[in-house]
Amino acid sequence: MLINTFLYHFGQYVLLLKSAVAKPERFSMYYKETIRQMDAIGVGSVFIVILISMFIGMVTAVQFADQLGDSFVPTYYIGYIVRDITIIEMAPTITCLVLAGKVGSNLAAEIGGMRQKEHIDAMEIMGVNTAAYLIMPKLVAAVFVIPLLVAISAFVSIIGGYVATVLPGSLSHTEYVLGLRSYFVPRYVFMMFVKASVFAFLLTSVSCYLGYYVKGGSIELGEASTNAVVVSNVLILLFDFIIALLLT
Amino acid sequence: MIRTIDIEKSFGENHVLKGITTEFHDGKPNLIIGASGAGKTVLLKLLIGLFTPTSGQVFYDDTNIFELNKKELRQIRMKIGMLFQGNALFDSLTVGENIRFPMDMFTRRTAKEKQMRVDECLEMVNMEGINDRYPSEVSGGMQKRVGIARAMVLEPKYLFCDEPNSGLDPQTSILIDELICELTNRNNITTVINTHDMNSVMGIGDNILLMKHGHVAWRGDKSQVLESDNETLEDFIFASPFLQRLREDALKLRNRERG
Repeated sequence: MLINTFLYHFGQYVLLLKSAVAKPERFSMYYKETIRQMDAIGVGSVFIVILISMFIGMVTAVQFADQLGDSFVPTYYIGYIVRDITIIEMAPTITCLVLAGKVGSNLAAEIGGMRQKEHIDAMEIMGVNTAAYLIMPKLVAAVFVIPLLVAISAFVSIIGGYVATVLPGSLSHTEYVLGLRSYFVPRYVFMMFVKASVFAFLLTSVSCYLGYYVKGGSIELGEASTNAVVVSNVLILLFDFIIALLLT
Repeated sequence: MIRTIDIEKSFGENHVLKGITTEFHDGKPNLIIGASGAGKTVLLKLLIGLFTPTSGQVFYDDTNIFELNKKELRQIRMKIGMLFQGNALFDSLTVGENIRFPMDMFTRRTAKEKQMRVDECLEMVNMEGINDRYPSEVSGGMQKRVGIARAMVLEPKYLFCDEPNSGLDPQTSILIDELICELTNRNNITTVINTHDMNSVMGIGDNILLMKHGHVAWRGDKSQVLESDNETLEDFIFASPFLQRLREDALKLRNRERG
């Protein structure tokens, strides 16, 4: 039964994505919508991403500083650890988990609301490919903007580590910067952007799918919105593991 | 002209439409009437291809829309205008942008040409000067008119109206009916109206299809309604004692006039 449900939804999801990848009826309309979505997803989320990233960096630095306190590991390693843990894991994964909550639920509610108010039917009758018009600009915007948010997150997180360790005097400025500049592996940055792009695609497409096929009233719309967050989060964690296996 | 041949539609065990064969003519309003649950909305959604039938065919002139691929169906749909029961105006767009949307999507007209057409459509529905207002800032009746203006903007060959009078006062309902009727006659389009409004039936019912439990229970025009002895029609149209008395008086008056 569970497998049947999974296969049904997976098949419908793939077919929806297939319909979404189509030649636009009017390129300028899709372009405008993409820019609008970039603003909504990117500019609309930048504050929460900065806030969370700052605290992630601060907590990571303080905890590692505490753990390394009585060991023989050089203290500049704190900068090194904060940098790598942020780039490899914290910035892409935590940022996308947060965005799944903020952006994913919003997309599911927006498209689901359009379905319930017959806006999607109205567009279909006009001859618009609604799967393409409603989903493609969101996907393009998310896959372009979310990696940028993740890069900002990584940067802010590293600053957070600095604020939490250097300003109180647990570590000197030179030590932290030395740590940041030690053993740098450029491939990790590549991995960060791969994760960010894959997670962006997952959280957007799944949320759009759940909104597009919503049925019923406000309770079902709420459920679709919640499911968008839950399913996106599970998929983000699953693909985090898969990408880690493939790229390390 | 739109024709349906032996249309059947089931949702699981629920057999909603049971072999509907009918025609909707050009240049006059075609009304689908019936009690709630009779299958009117399902029939309307089948006509515009939002539902696929369990069996049967729907022809737009000589084209069976269920034999078309998605792209061909979209071509047909570009000739369709639709007024939804809830208007389906996009909340985030102004009235002008709502009407312009189909032109933005499907035409290469310049901004000036589009604006002229928007103004023309608003004038057509007597709603000049509300371009910059949002749908939430205008009344239900005005929203219906804007919905009609949007439906007419690409000069459709077919117009579908789902409960155009729902939620409107009788006077506004009559105005909306007259507007739809006028646009239908003037542009010679095939208009299908799904309604259970008595005023519409008696006012613009040039071709009426009465549905009951998924069947066609009666068909005719407004001039035949008073004299019909079809029980389903009587039960539906003259449901209240007041309307029954009104009908009796009208028939007496007509018989007297005929001598």
